[in-house]
Amino acid sequence: MIEWFVTLQVIVACAAGILCIVLGLVGRLPGDVSMGAVALVEVLLLVQLVIAIIAPAAGNPPSGSLAEFYIYLISAIILPLAGGFWALVERNRWSTVILGGVCLAIAVMVYRMGQIWFVQGA
Amino acid sequence: MTGVGRVLVFVYGVLALAATGRSVFQIIDRFHEAPVAFTLSGLAAVVYIVATVALIAPGRVWYRVAWGTISFELAGVLIIGTLSLFAPAVLGLHDIDPFGRDATVWSVYGMGYLFIPLVLPVLGMLWLRKHRPIEPVQDATSGAAS
Repeated sequence: MIEWFVTLQVIVACAAGILCIVLGLVGRLPGDVSMGAVALVEVLLLVQLVIAIIAPAAGNPPSGSLAEFYIYLISAIILPLAGGFWALVERNRWSTVILGGVCLAIAVMVYRMGQIWFVQGA
Repeated sequence: MTGVGRVLVFVYGVLALAATGRSVFQIIDRFHEAPVAFTLSGLAAVVYIVATVALIAPGRVWYRVAWGTISFELAGVLIIGTLSLFAPAVLGLHDIDPFGRDATVWSVYGMGYLFIPLVLPVLGMLWLRKHRPIEPVQDATSGAAS
């Protein structure tokens, strides 16, 4: 895991989450902006997955449990797919709010992943 | 499931996922460290899953199940939250750090989960009160007995 990338990811996920919740509360249906924000969060998670696969071999092992780390990462990768799918199936303002909730949940999970990698057991 | 209720279901789903993921890992990785706390953690996870399903599924039976599971959660977070603060030894906890190795969803009233486990059952109950299941037609005329 790369520390600045974790920070970037948490900031982007928080921003995307707040954006989607505000868009939803003002009555917007899931659209290019909200779905795009969620897609960006998902792409960053996939980059994180690649980093996590390579890092231990490149002399950057996690200080905590790698298994616990992957439980968080895999769940986080599934969340936007589930939320996005639901948003497409049932389009209303609350699905936009839920997309925001997905992003905020991911922000917390990425923060926890950072703790597991850098702090836990160190 | 329409409107703001979907957000409630979503938050329940995320909490169910979080509780399940963490408790499964704790039970596989270090069950012997705090068996009582981790068993409760697993139980809480199952109850969150059932509550999520009960909120989505229609009908009177699921409505009762939703009430039962959500009440159980509120009792759980209050009882376990209090025990984790004042008598952690009862749960076999080594410390009361809500973010630590022994932490469960309900430790310190769900502090490790932004107090969502404390707030969510209350919101769930308010929502259930406003959304009673639709009575079958023959029941609607039979008076206030039910």
